[in-house]
Amino acid sequence: MSKQIQQPKSAFDRALVSGALVESLKKLDPRTLWRNPVMLCVEIASVITLITFVMSLTGANKEPAWFTGAVSVWLWLTVIFSTFAEALAEGRGKARAASLRKSRTDVTAKLLSKPELKSAFTTVGASRLRMGDLILVEAGEMIAGDGDVIEGAALVNESAVTGESAPVIRESGGDRSAVTGGTTVISSSIIVRITANPGETFLDRMIGLIEGAKRRKTPNEVALEVLLIALTVVFLLVCANISPLSIYSVKAAGQGAPVSLTILVALFVCLAPTTIAALLPAIGIAGMDRLFQKNVIALSGRAIEAAGDVNVLLLDKTGTITHGNREAVAFVPVDGHTEQELAQAALMASLTDETPEGRSVVELAKQKYGLTNDALPAGAETITFNADTRLSGVNTDGKQYRKGASDSTIAFVRKLGGKQLPRDLDEVVDRIARGGATPLVVSRDSEILGVINLKDIVKSGIQERFLQLRSMGIKTVMITGDNPLTAAAIAAEAQVDDFLAQAKPEEKLRLIKEYQEGGFMVAMTGDGTNDAPALAQADVAVAMNTGTQPAREAANIIDLDSNPTKLLDIVEVGKQILMTRGNLTTFSISNDIAKYFAIIPAMLLSIYPQLGALNVMQLASPHSAILSAVIFNAVIIPLLVPLALRGTKFRPMPAERMLIRNLLVYGLGGIVAPFLGIKLIDLAIGLMV
Amino acid sequence: MNTYEWLQTIIFFVLLLALVKPLGAFMARVFQGEQTFLSPVLTPCESLIYRVCGVNKDEEMGWQRYAGAMLLFNLALFVALFIMLMTQHLLPLNPQKTPPFTWQLALNTAVSFTTNTNWQAYGGEQAASYFTQLAGFAVHNFLSAATGIVIAIAVIRGFVRRKTSLLGNFWVDMTRCTLYVLLPISLILSPALVSQGVIQNFSAYKSVPLVQSTSHEKPKLDEKGSPLKDAKGNPVTQNATPKEVTIPMGPVASQEVIKELGTNGGGFFNANSAHPFENPTPLSNFIEILLILLIPGSLTYTFGVMVGNTRQGWMLLGVMLFILIGAFGILQWAENSGNPLVTKLGVQSINMEGKEVRNGLAGSNLFAVATTGTSCGAVNTMHDSLTPIGGMMPLSLILLGEIIFGGVGSGLYTMLAFAIIAVFVSGLMIGRTPEYLGKKIEVREMWLSILVILTAGVTVLILSGIAMLTPSAVASMANPGAHGLSEVLYAFASMANNNGSAFAGLNANVNFYNLAGSLAMTIGRYIPAIAVLAMAGSLAEKKYVPPSLGTLPTDKAPFALWLMLVILIIGALTFFPALALGPIVEQLMMVGT
Repeated sequence: MSKQIQQPKSAFDRALVSGALVESLKKLDPRTLWRNPVMLCVEIASVITLITFVMSLTGANKEPAWFTGAVSVWLWLTVIFSTFAEALAEGRGKARAASLRKSRTDVTAKLLSKPELKSAFTTVGASRLRMGDLILVEAGEMIAGDGDVIEGAALVNESAVTGESAPVIRESGGDRSAVTGGTTVISSSIIVRITANPGETFLDRMIGLIEGAKRRKTPNEVALEVLLIALTVVFLLVCANISPLSIYSVKAAGQGAPVSLTILVALFVCLAPTTIAALLPAIGIAGMDRLFQKNVIALSGRAIEAAGDVNVLLLDKTGTITHGNREAVAFVPVDGHTEQELAQAALMASLTDETPEGRSVVELAKQKYGLTNDALPAGAETITFNADTRLSGVNTDGKQYRKGASDSTIAFVRKLGGKQLPRDLDEVVDRIARGGATPLVVSRDSEILGVINLKDIVKSGIQERFLQLRSMGIKTVMITGDNPLTAAAIAAEAQVDDFLAQAKPEEKLRLIKEYQEGGFMVAMTGDGTNDAPALAQADVAVAMNTGTQPAREAANIIDLDSNPTKLLDIVEVGKQILMTRGNLTTFSISNDIAKYFAIIPAMLLSIYPQLGALNVMQLASPHSAILSAVIFNAVIIPLLVPLALRGTKFRPMPAERMLIRNLLVYGLGGIVAPFLGIKLIDLAIGLMV
Repeated sequence: MNTYEWLQTIIFFVLLLALVKPLGAFMARVFQGEQTFLSPVLTPCESLIYRVCGVNKDEEMGWQRYAGAMLLFNLALFVALFIMLMTQHLLPLNPQKTPPFTWQLALNTAVSFTTNTNWQAYGGEQAASYFTQLAGFAVHNFLSAATGIVIAIAVIRGFVRRKTSLLGNFWVDMTRCTLYVLLPISLILSPALVSQGVIQNFSAYKSVPLVQSTSHEKPKLDEKGSPLKDAKGNPVTQNATPKEVTIPMGPVASQEVIKELGTNGGGFFNANSAHPFENPTPLSNFIEILLILLIPGSLTYTFGVMVGNTRQGWMLLGVMLFILIGAFGILQWAENSGNPLVTKLGVQSINMEGKEVRNGLAGSNLFAVATTGTSCGAVNTMHDSLTPIGGMMPLSLILLGEIIFGGVGSGLYTMLAFAIIAVFVSGLMIGRTPEYLGKKIEVREMWLSILVILTAGVTVLILSGIAMLTPSAVASMANPGAHGLSEVLYAFASMANNNGSAFAGLNANVNFYNLAGSLAMTIGRYIPAIAVLAMAGSLAEKKYVPPSLGTLPTDKAPFALWLMLVILIIGALTFFPALALGPIVEQLMMVGT
């Protein structure tokens, strides 16, 4: 959470709230509100009560004016609270979008005619760049659009997009060629081929998504809305049904008055699932926003919700399950040599080796064997790793220190005249390889001293995360280019459920299709161009922001931090969105029970005084009972806004336990809470009147 | 309850549960086209039927064709019965020279029997000839029941099948259902009822001199059969001293078993199963209640077998049983408490009004909840005479949507629609796109299941509201006030949910009820049926999602509890205001005075 883009501190930042208030009034326009049909019904109900209020004032309605007026005010507030919740959720995104937009105002680009650094250029505005154009970007300049580096390499500051202040290397060819418009080149010059037209760039898409402007309802959201609308229709009919029933009852009982329009409308709004309908848009927007706080951009709401359904996770081994680099963990001498002797030779062979593996050998030699010499003796000759010999090392004091894969080292030793190989070498090399590690054989001149055990270090704590995933019913599959032996050993150590060794792009694609055929939802992370087909096939595809353009285009979620374990957070947010919707629906419907007990006896009391027995809350008067229910129904919305924005708490646990827990909190709580709330409001009204 | 009633009740439920598995498994074999012990005898008949009707039994149908065939077949059934009712005076087997039905009553009755409702706005022994009873009502009893069952089977196939649009062949399912399930059980049990005294003959009605002649005040009727009222609105009466009594006869036994077995409920006689010729002894009463619950209960097991997890079926049955027994308990308590106004007079402590002494309190109450929990509608008790809260139990069981066992087939498919709604909300609550039996529940399934579960309730709300504003509808009430409101509510609940029982007391043979009722029965039967078939079609095309730890198990207690809450809450929220103005206030008034 350290790398955020101008994060508003809380949901109720003052500027945000006042902006949302203005926005919430604009959203009362029926042409906007029709997207939320339940709330549109409430708005119509509010208009009706406004009319009955005017009628009370003029005496055309027998209901007291203070009552119809108060009901009308609270019904209007119900609608406004709902549009406010949505405006607030959107406002947080808009603040971020504004800061992003700043980073791309009036950028100019140096348009090249041919892909050469020295060739002439013309200066054009960023908005005139088209796909395929070539531009030159020099140190200190901002990159004008999304593209691929086709010439040169540069350090690029991407903080405008990712919030990460440390610059990253972008270079032509390979997996780090993609650059994003709005980022700044810090050193040297590069030529970029533009890959997106203005308005379609990554930044543009991001802004659109964050603002919520392009947000489409997800299938789950639509399905829930169908249920809410159906319930609303039923309650509308319930209220419509009460009218003739009460007219008949008045005749039959010979006393009382039929239920008035104001009360019917109030009852309808109380019964309709307004709580969830009011908060529904905010929940989705806030979910995307929460992901964005974790530096993840979801390109559609659908992708996040699909993440909540994932049951197979394909994880790249490197960087996700293991630290990217292998480390030396042990020196195993052969042929009677001592560990100390081997450590000394390994250290010599690695002194000039700047690879992470080489450094880890030096580290181990110093720490475990107390060796201190870390400067090369004068006149030493460095042998760097090359494709022919596949060895690295040092020639010094007439001695040749080498380390490398076992066959390369053996070949080297043979060339120097080494006749007999140590008898235990094979066994040691084999043992290390079988343990999932890489054996590096160390030689001094024609003599083989022993083997370095280079191990892939599994990230600490990863096993627990996989265990959590398993308890949520999510299977983890490790994907690696390693041989099956190594892969199996690491898979066992990390406790993944399955692995795919020596994975090629087509095999990844086949694996995903296989799982999908079996009905599984598959998520995968990737960054390379060769991951793109598999990403495009996966249900949830997370691309690293450092990845190539094809990978980013194939994905539906982009991780700005390029941290593959993010997938777990995405799954969590996806689940949270659904849970918040489900929990609030249950809460909203459960509330109706108490509202019935408040309103039914109150509105029928004049016809049948006996129904007073149903007034279990002992509410003061019929009018205050009905008003209390209406007020409760309205104020519960802003009270639940923080919950809607934050999402309900998620802890990995089996489905059944989670259901019981949520039913107790939101189902039982939803039944009990309004009894207390309505009673309290009734007492408060009693104090005021 | 006394020891006898406890024993009777316990034996009843144990026997019912014992029969669920064998019959359920048998039906699963029948509908999956497997060999059964009846196959050697029935396969030739079956083949003959297909040959004569030109049915290719291996040709399967998509949901549209299946629903189309079902509607076409039902339309044919309706037309046939309508014509028969209008022309029964021209047809044979009419020793009483019964006149034809009026077109309004014929329409209502034909719709009623085609939709498996069996609402009877007529009295059987007065209005229907033996031919009508046999060739009309009895045949419809079999075929309307089979229609419900095969729809449920098609829906189960929708859950089971993957990536296909085919749901089976309607004609084959109908044939097998009638031939293998309904006919054999009826054949076996009819003699059992005859042994208890149920009659089976074609004789003319018998006149028997009364042992002791009494005189009483008899309401005067106008030519339409409605009671005449004087200027003050009181009924006009005249003194009558009958010397003999007419005892109706008829082929009762052949119709009695299917009346219960197919959750039809249309009695041969107006008094239905309260009549000694339909239900003469406690044993016949026991058998009839068992028959009512037999197929709806067993279908849950058939469902479990076909979806490959019998626990799924037991879970549904558990929910049904729990609510049924709960309602029975409340009814039993209410009737046992009796009417305080009557008790005050020192007459009796329990409420036996409208009940048959031979059936006893428990035998009557069990029948009442069984016949209303299912969409049967046969009665051995006048529900109108139950205490207000007692009477609210049968009414509520109907209003829940006929899923507490429910109609044959329709109970199961409506329950499955409820399960889908429950799965949807609970799925969201655990953070997953909801899935039921491995099928993802999406927008289409949602709105179709909503149609299935809410159509009847919405119809009740609209029509009962209209009735209250319609003078002729209000005038039909025998007991104006809260009780009259219950009568009207019950009438529309019964018709829209295809139950067919009546809160006696309402004169339903008036144009308003005949026509509005026909509409309610048609909507209540066919909209859910078509919607649920469409849902089956959509489910069948989906792929199967294997369950994981993240999947909510739908065969365990927490989900069963949740499903029950969803059912009760939807029911309560929809009808609480109406119930408050009917039975609830009536009870409060009775207790309060």
